[in-house]
Amino acid sequence: MTKETMGAGNPECSFEEALERLEQIVKKLESETLTLSQAIELYEEGVRMSRLCARQLELAEGKIEKLLEKTDGSLARQPFEVD
Amino acid sequence: MDQRRILSVSAVTRYLKGLLEGDPLLGALWVRGELSNFKRHSSGHLYFTLKDETAQLKGIMFRSRADRIPFQPENGLSVLVYGYISVYERDGTYQLYAEGMEPDGRGSLQLAFDQLKAKLQAEGLFDECRKRPIPRLPRGIGIATSPTGAALRDMVKIARRRFPGVNLVIAPAFVQGEGAPASLIKALRDLNTLTDIDCIIVGRGGGSMEELWAFNDEGLARAIAASRLPVVSAVGHETDFTIADFVADLRAPTPSAAAELVVPDWSELRRRVNQARERLDYSLKQSWERRRRRYHELVGRPVLARPLDRIRQLYQTVDGLERRLNQHWTLRAQEASARLGALAGRLEALSPLAVLGRGYTVTKSYPGGRALTSIGQLAVGDWVEVIFRDGAAICRVTGTGGREEG
Repeated sequence: MTKETMGAGNPECSFEEALERLEQIVKKLESETLTLSQAIELYEEGVRMSRLCARQLELAEGKIEKLLEKTDGSLARQPFEVD
Repeated sequence: MDQRRILSVSAVTRYLKGLLEGDPLLGALWVRGELSNFKRHSSGHLYFTLKDETAQLKGIMFRSRADRIPFQPENGLSVLVYGYISVYERDGTYQLYAEGMEPDGRGSLQLAFDQLKAKLQAEGLFDECRKRPIPRLPRGIGIATSPTGAALRDMVKIARRRFPGVNLVIAPAFVQGEGAPASLIKALRDLNTLTDIDCIIVGRGGGSMEELWAFNDEGLARAIAASRLPVVSAVGHETDFTIADFVADLRAPTPSAAAELVVPDWSELRRRVNQARERLDYSLKQSWERRRRRYHELVGRPVLARPLDRIRQLYQTVDGLERRLNQHWTLRAQEASARLGALAGRLEALSPLAVLGRGYTVTKSYPGGRALTSIGQLAVGDWVEVIFRDGAAICRVTGTGGREEG
């Protein structure tokens, strides 16, 4: 249930799933005897995972916001200033 | 006329009541005893009996006072009760009208804490298996705390230092005082409606046990347990433990530590991703290189490089074998012929015929051809064949004679 929670709103897998998969692929490629097509397939998946990780590292915008309750009870956000 | 002074029940009771209420000691006193027959009426009033080894004292505490007791009074609990003694006229009983109660031997808050902790623990709210992992790279982090506290400032500072792009959403809440639990519960609930955060930090900076008390609230504990997003508690200093800490998915010793735990170190993650990518490229290259080397090794082998060599080699081997075979037979033939010559020579030397050449003859019976070696084998008139080197003569014995043996 935690995985679903973490991945909520995330189109692909989470950063840590991608990073874990990437490291797993590297280990596999380094240690196992694979057919060339298996190796290439794994490599391609690894490239996808590393791109996913890199993209997610660049994704965050550095927003700091504060929740506000409007008069109708709905929530709004406004930038939060910290000195 | 009756001279006796007769009073009504009510008058006596009122009189007694007046006496008790006028007494300076009974008007305000602390009583130590063990709670029994404890009952919380639906009205909210508490009814109980205080007792020790030899006596009992009935007691009552009205709701307005009862609501202020932080802990849960229960039978067998040793307590100190503050109040006054008066008479309950309807039943004609005196009792202790309690205005305050605290556990004997430890503080009320401590007892309340212990009781709630035991209760929630029994419900399984602290179980390890309930704890959810905190995502390594949360897309956003919710923080339920006081917007003006130093704790928030510290958390923001550390979060930004570790991960400049971190997204934070602050849900302002009172963190101490009467309304704090409700305010924190609402902040948690609000943050749980957001879809762009992956976990929540709830906490405040250090303070006295009373100041941190909101984080020992049962309602807040249940709100943390019910949170859709994983919750990290960050209350006070390292030595402060609150109920919120036990029920949270992760306890951070301080708000600053919470920021360290939840916000990943961007450069560290970056390095890991890059490293993994480099190893990925390298390992595929290696894998290809291994195959290339093997291929070259294979095509470099004679059988593939000069395929006729093998056949030529085989021919050569066959030739060699043939030659050796011939040599062998020639040798054997020479050996045989030499041996034959030697044998023939020896045979010749032994042959009786050779003796004949030197003038001797052989005498055989005739007919019969038996070689005769003694005169005793002959009688006069016998026929014999005398064989010479170059022919034979048939002769008749006309006389015999022995030879003197020397």
